[in-house]
Amino acid sequence: MRHILSILLENEPGALSRIVGLFSQRAFNIESLTVAPTDDNTLSRITIATIGDDKVLEQIVKQVNKLVDVIKITDLTERKHVERELLLVKVVAMNDKSRTEVKRISDIFRGAIVDIGKQIYTIELTGSSDKLNAFIETLNNETEIIESVRSGCVGIARGEKALRV
Amino acid sequence: MTKELFTGAEMVVKALSALKVKYIFGYPGGSVLDLYDAIFQQDEIEHILVRHEQAATHMADGYSRATGEVGVVLATSGPGATNCVTGIATAYMDSIPMVVLAGQVPTTLIGNDAFQETDIVGCTRPIIKHSFNCRDLADIPNVIAKAFYIASTGRPGPVVVELPKDLLIPQNKAEFAIELDVKMRSYNPNVKGHPKQIRKAVKTINEAKKLVVYSGGGIVLSDASELLTTLVETLKAPITNTLMGLGGISGTHENFVGMLGMHGSFEANKTMANADVILALGARFDDRVTNNVEKFCPNATIIHVDIDPTSISKTINAHVPVVGLVEVVMQQLLDELAATNFTPDEEALADWWQQIHLWRDMRHVGYKQVAGEKIKPQRVVEAMYKITNGEAYVASDVGQHQMFAAQYYPFAKPRQWINSGGAGTMGFGLPAAMGVKLAFPDKHVICITGDGSIQMNIQELSTCLQYNLPVVIVALNNRSLGMVRQWQDMVYGGRHSSSYMESLPDFTKIAEAYGHVGIKIDTLDELDSKLAQAFSIKNKLVFVDVLVDEKEHVYPMHIRQGGIDDMWVEKGVKA
Repeated sequence: MRHILSILLENEPGALSRIVGLFSQRAFNIESLTVAPTDDNTLSRITIATIGDDKVLEQIVKQVNKLVDVIKITDLTERKHVERELLLVKVVAMNDKSRTEVKRISDIFRGAIVDIGKQIYTIELTGSSDKLNAFIETLNNETEIIESVRSGCVGIARGEKALRV
Repeated sequence: MTKELFTGAEMVVKALSALKVKYIFGYPGGSVLDLYDAIFQQDEIEHILVRHEQAATHMADGYSRATGEVGVVLATSGPGATNCVTGIATAYMDSIPMVVLAGQVPTTLIGNDAFQETDIVGCTRPIIKHSFNCRDLADIPNVIAKAFYIASTGRPGPVVVELPKDLLIPQNKAEFAIELDVKMRSYNPNVKGHPKQIRKAVKTINEAKKLVVYSGGGIVLSDASELLTTLVETLKAPITNTLMGLGGISGTHENFVGMLGMHGSFEANKTMANADVILALGARFDDRVTNNVEKFCPNATIIHVDIDPTSISKTINAHVPVVGLVEVVMQQLLDELAATNFTPDEEALADWWQQIHLWRDMRHVGYKQVAGEKIKPQRVVEAMYKITNGEAYVASDVGQHQMFAAQYYPFAKPRQWINSGGAGTMGFGLPAAMGVKLAFPDKHVICITGDGSIQMNIQELSTCLQYNLPVVIVALNNRSLGMVRQWQDMVYGGRHSSSYMESLPDFTKIAEAYGHVGIKIDTLDELDSKLAQAFSIKNKLVFVDVLVDEKEHVYPMHIRQGGIDDMWVEKGVKA
């Protein structure tokens, strides 16, 4: 099962490599990983999307928690949460028909065209990973994707619950 | 008034002094010369010069295992630091508190593939508890204080501190400030067991008919053997130790059924397999204990006490997990037992012990020594036990001799048995024994080794002479890599691929060349007298080269992929 883990850790040199090293050392899976400082710049927040059964997840959470730099880890998928991922995708938009169609699809998914070239559109879209997958599939049916980049997902719990020091 | 300023090198030494360090084990080189200069100009801390950095780590490790103090290692950048890797991994696997100070090229050169530059923090990342890249001179004292705090608390382990050369040189100075009462928001190891879990554990113990206590290295590391003995006597239960846990309870205690696991005693493995409740204390269900996890003790309810949550339910599912320091949790268990008026179920206990005595009477740990034939290695260990009254520190290398020592030298006290259990590092024995001897110069310190292992750090005979470390080295010389050969006999059709040594040196002459005493023993008649002679020489290192039967195997031995009590008990005989 897919899980989204939020990790709050010291913004120290090497902290990220300890997390990544742990996942490879113990053969845990990483589907996506994002990292950035938080509003408190002594802290970093990492979001990892991973896949594993309950036993593997228990070990992942415990092993990450054991790292000295890690302050807190939580499995967002255990409760209600908001999940978002950013996609930037460059597609072929050669003629009026394809431009119109790409614009229409983009609007339907609430994307934004953020750059236009002679023969390309660049679209920005945020949403759940599922929504991004669906958008890419739809685009693929209409035009050619030249390049795409995804941020990996980030997430936050709904309601009062907060991951903080 | 101007504040006094110090160089980074001086700060390192001052910080180590503040932390009451007595010895540093190390080897100098370019990037740490300033540090060596600072060590030269003080006399609070003694530096022990080894002949290879790997030995420095093992020596610090042995010193730590015997004393409980943090072992301190100093190595230069590049190869000096990478030579420490095996020793760091060894300490990591056995949870030994160690701080490794590694030199580094100046910060301006880091990343340039400079001379003797290696990313040692990167190299050691999977085998350390934590590491620090020092980048600011003023941080040095507190980084070292944190390193000691992390290494020695919670589940102990090695910590690497990288010190770039430009932080140590005389041109750069700063004020010295150290906070010894370390507090970290990201690191607060749990100490007490959760009261609800303690009550659950005691309830489970109360309902047990066939309880066994299974204790490991955690008992030794936390000096909790007296409490363990009290607990076992309160419960009147049988107890087994892991290889790392030997000495946690006296090896001659009547409740002790021996070591368990791959080469554990018949009765220990049988007791585990038939128990209805297993109380695991500071042990981690290592694969050398469990054999096939699918078949592991199917009828047992498992109470698992460990300081490290990752150890719990990693390989074997724990029904009652208790996270906490084992000595604290054992006291909580004793208090709860007293509060609930625990009285052992005498009837169930009598049946359980009767069964255990039947297994014990089968005497499956055994060997046959025939007069006039080659010396059996087990016989040598028994002779050493008698001569030293079972009171020696025994540092072991890795292989058959290690298992024979574990089986035939019942340790009375914790910290008496010093071996590389988790990593299985050949070459560990001699430097570890040296670390012990440095701490306890008046005690017998044995390095039990083999003709393979001893050659992995034999250069340290030179260090022994320099610092007058008269350990007794007893090599069970079977002209073979005995454990490899045993597996080849049992699993690989007797094909001895690269498991024997055709060009062994005369070890007694090597010892003599290094300024020590060499004694060779090759017949049974002279074994006891010559061994006694070796142990009577107090002020010189003695290397005893005992030629033993190369065909001897270690038994019992787990049958691969079987349950914990599926064992070979002698050649060709299954239990």
